[in-house]
Amino acid sequence: MSKITLSVYRGDANGGEMKTYTVDTFPGMVVLDAIHQIQAEQDGTLACRWNCKAAKCGSCSAEVNGMPKLMCKTRVDDYPADQPIVVHPLRTFPIVKDLVADVSWNFEVSKSIPILKLADDGSAEPLRMQQVDVDRIQEFRKCIECFLCQTVCHVLRDGDRKDIFFGPRQMVRLASLEMHPLDVLDRRPMLRETAGVGICNITKCCTEVCPEHIHITDNAIIPLKERVADTYFDPVQKVLRWVGGRK
Amino acid sequence: MPQYDTFEHDVLIVGAGGAGLRAAIGAVEKGCSVCVVTKSLLGKAHTVMAEGGAAAALGNFDNQDGWKVHFRDTMRGGKFLNNWRTVQIFAMEAPERILELERYGAVFDRTPEGLISQRAFGGHRYRRLAHVGDRTGLELIRTLQDKAVSVGIDVQMEVTLTRLLTDGGRVTGAVGYRREDGSIVVFRAKAVVLCSGGWGRMFRFTSNSWESTGDGAVMAYEAGAELQDMEMVQFHPTGMIWPPGVRGVLVTEGVRGDGGVLKNGAGERFMFNHVPEFYRAETAETPEEALRWVNDKVNNRRPPELLPRDVVARAIYKEVEAGRGSEHGGAYLDVSHMGAEYIKRKLPSMYDQFLHLGDVDITKQPMEVYPTVHYTMGGVPAEPESCATSLPGLYAAGECACGLHGANRLGGNSLTDLLVFGKRAGEAAGDFAIAEGPGSISEAEIQEEVETLMKPLGGSGGENPYQIHAELQEQMQSGAMIARTEEGLRQTLDKIHELQRRAEDIRVPGDTKFNPGWHAARDVKNMLVSSEIIVLSALERKESRGAQWRLDYPNEDAYWARNNVIAKKIDGKVSISHREVPEPPSELKELLQD
Repeated sequence: MSKITLSVYRGDANGGEMKTYTVDTFPGMVVLDAIHQIQAEQDGTLACRWNCKAAKCGSCSAEVNGMPKLMCKTRVDDYPADQPIVVHPLRTFPIVKDLVADVSWNFEVSKSIPILKLADDGSAEPLRMQQVDVDRIQEFRKCIECFLCQTVCHVLRDGDRKDIFFGPRQMVRLASLEMHPLDVLDRRPMLRETAGVGICNITKCCTEVCPEHIHITDNAIIPLKERVADTYFDPVQKVLRWVGGRK
Repeated sequence: MPQYDTFEHDVLIVGAGGAGLRAAIGAVEKGCSVCVVTKSLLGKAHTVMAEGGAAAALGNFDNQDGWKVHFRDTMRGGKFLNNWRTVQIFAMEAPERILELERYGAVFDRTPEGLISQRAFGGHRYRRLAHVGDRTGLELIRTLQDKAVSVGIDVQMEVTLTRLLTDGGRVTGAVGYRREDGSIVVFRAKAVVLCSGGWGRMFRFTSNSWESTGDGAVMAYEAGAELQDMEMVQFHPTGMIWPPGVRGVLVTEGVRGDGGVLKNGAGERFMFNHVPEFYRAETAETPEEALRWVNDKVNNRRPPELLPRDVVARAIYKEVEAGRGSEHGGAYLDVSHMGAEYIKRKLPSMYDQFLHLGDVDITKQPMEVYPTVHYTMGGVPAEPESCATSLPGLYAAGECACGLHGANRLGGNSLTDLLVFGKRAGEAAGDFAIAEGPGSISEAEIQEEVETLMKPLGGSGGENPYQIHAELQEQMQSGAMIARTEEGLRQTLDKIHELQRRAEDIRVPGDTKFNPGWHAARDVKNMLVSSEIIVLSALERKESRGAQWRLDYPNEDAYWARNNVIAKKIDGKVSISHREVPEPPSELKELLQD
């Protein structure tokens, strides 16, 4: 049985340090297995989140050798065996303890987004929608809320501007509602103002790290930017709004 | 004594899976203030892992389907240990709940007519499962999460509740701790709804997450509630077994629904040799008919791979025991003959899961599978109409409740269960809260629980909770898994008693700040209680039925066909008794004949 070493962040919001652990490997081992082995055999106080261990719940997000990953989907044999695998909590959010980050901001923002609104609210009739018309929102609804996209977003990570941009995850959620064939709410004012879709500078880092392979930038953010631009910044529309006396 | 925060609500909901969230919506709609407490973050509960779909007789493909057929299939799948009235309500209300979910925002796959597409699944006579690819559970939980938040609920994330509080037998709240810092929290409520899920973590091969430790059922039991059918632990026939890193992870039944076949080590499609007489008339006779069924479900019968889960799990076990296992001691599940494009479209996350975690390209190679502990049919018996339990003020819905699935759950019935009975439980708890007003909570009970919680942090004990858990899993796997005997169960019971004694001496390092070892110390105690009850119930039922397979009592028994096993805490010990299964009225009985 071969061994690997991991360098794991230990600490909390007041600071901490990287600590090295050596664990036995087995075929198919993922980083989360290694963390569990440390907990069971070396240090039960090592904190991490996890649930399904099948890349379906998005709980075990961390930064492995600097890349945001689901620990349950990251195999240890993808890394050179002679160097420690570095495991750090998501850097864009405050650290609670060890690998656990405080991601509560994402849930707070989510509360402000209005859910689906149908024209015939209150009816119990089956909805009629064609598969081709829901294909694109089904892509957005694959999101498992791992927040890896939020942690690499430059606006949130480098600029720490959580006050002006909801982040890629919420753009995907807004896109799934805005592009729902039967939704009648208009979320463009929200997108332009509080959600801050215009702030995204399309570096596509979010798309690269998405474990569900959602084309966040191309399929969600850019079309949302276009909707906002068409509404608020199209010169023809602007003239029409003047003439019509609307906002 | 540590200080604690107290929260007051009309209705406290324990668990934020599908049942808890649907119950929250129901209670809010009754005008109640509602708090949902979850051990994890919102949206991470076990519901998220469900793959195949939610069963409801919408009849979008097969217009012969209706609630009566769904009723019949569910009762037959459960080997008639189900509560018939629970099943009737379930089958009748399932379509409404699915259509309601769609109006909350769920986006199911569509039929050519633009309606909800429905998938065939084991034990269901017609195509019945509303689905979204192979991530239906995610769609369901995210939809309910967004809806529940929008109607205005309080959510307490990463809080573990460990004890129900009572006032003269009535349940009036719960106490537990915040995982983040270990601070004690007390919830006072006029009614409590348990939606705390199942318990599979005491077995080594399981698709369950760390959360499935059975705290809900154990809390109810400790507070004096009855538990029922605890021997009925479902083994999903197809868990991944290789490589070890993914052992236990689920391979959705959808693989078999979409044409996947099971083969043994000799390359033989063995399921044709394991068709019980009970199901022969509705099962394909030849591989040719089974293959035709994939594309023409009207004129062909279903493949034997889609027999109910207990049948398929036992067949795999028998093949392996007979020396006909796959390379790593399971069976091969092969879908490669369906073509790469078809597989990637129909089973995208399975394709991904095996490619990245198992080094297997399922468009070219077979998967290796073995039964994995998946679901618990037993739990807190709940009244069909209201989900009320044997304790006033306590309601139960979802996997922790008991009554719907009998001796074996059909795939697809769980997600719908959450919707139908989540709603009913939330509404009934809301009505109770409004009618009864507040009860009082007991300071003595709170202090007792705080002592239990804090004990592993001090003292001189030398036991490690992870070690006790590992030994429990090893023993339950060998002695109480799929094939059970008196001897194996007795040995398991002895081991559980030994581990219970040792668990008193658990000592964990560190403090209460997000300390998984300390969390595990409390969890393992709950697992020991539920394991003991599972084993005692399995010993009691001296027959084979559904998920309970006794090698020493291989046949069904007429007495046990009419009786549920009940466990209740009396004088500090597990007391086992029997209760007659309610008899369906004659017009429903007729539905069960064919």
